[in-house]
Amino acid sequence: MDLYTIAFYLFAIVTLTSASIVVFSKNIIYSAFALLFAFFGVAGLYVLLMADFIAVTQLMIYVGGILVLVLFGVMLTTRVINVDMRTGTIQTLPAVLIVAALSGMLVGVFWTTDWRVMPASSGFEKTAPRIGELLLTSYLLPFEIASVVLLVALVGAAMIARREKKAQ
Amino acid sequence: MVLADFFQWLQTPGLTHFLLVSGILFSLGVFAILTRRNAIMVLMGIELVLNAANINFLAFSRFTTGTLDGHVFAIFVIILAAAEAAIALAIILNIYQNFNSVNVDEINQLRD
Repeated sequence: MDLYTIAFYLFAIVTLTSASIVVFSKNIIYSAFALLFAFFGVAGLYVLLMADFIAVTQLMIYVGGILVLVLFGVMLTTRVINVDMRTGTIQTLPAVLIVAALSGMLVGVFWTTDWRVMPASSGFEKTAPRIGELLLTSYLLPFEIASVVLLVALVGAAMIARREKKAQ
Repeated sequence: MVLADFFQWLQTPGLTHFLLVSGILFSLGVFAILTRRNAIMVLMGIELVLNAANINFLAFSRFTTGTLDGHVFAIFVIILAAAEAAIALAIILNIYQNFNSVNVDEINQLRD
């Protein structure tokens, strides 16, 4: 048991336990905060996959941005003063069947396929400069389109959320 | 003997380990999308699914290709997740103003 193995199981258990709490908790506030730890665990897995830049990006965008946004959504749409934070579930039985079939298929495929793993890949030392090069050479057009998409999403979200009710 | 092999396998995390973690994460996300009534919980399930996809991209990038294309795809996934979360929450806030509820099974009118 070296350190890498211990770290992998630690992050995997943190991720999967938190994700289970997110999915199965009745209280939406608990779910939102468990999502925080799930994102942290996934960031740890990214570090173990030698993806340092993506791990930091995950922490900044998911934990710093998306999670705060989700918490705002929870606070604005849930009646905190009345005790109405419990959220129910619907169509549980078909969902259990579908998810069982799906996860069984995925695990079976992952388990039985003989992946061609690169021998003795030592990983990458510094990923950020090479990702920057790729973004400005091979992936220049998707990069520019992504920036336009972000701008449109920003303007659209502000417009949709701030629409005021018409004075009749 | 088989059990000893299994324990040996458990002690050397490789591609399959990461793939299994991401597969379970994906299934949990799909379960949240299918069963929860609250629209924000559906959104959290989508985030879990996107994270599982990202783990897959990075695992294959690390263990099989040796290039950084998977990292670039992960960045695009994160960008689109941010845009999607902003738009979805704006729509949910609007729905809450109109219907006074964010339960997806009660919202069945396009206009009033």
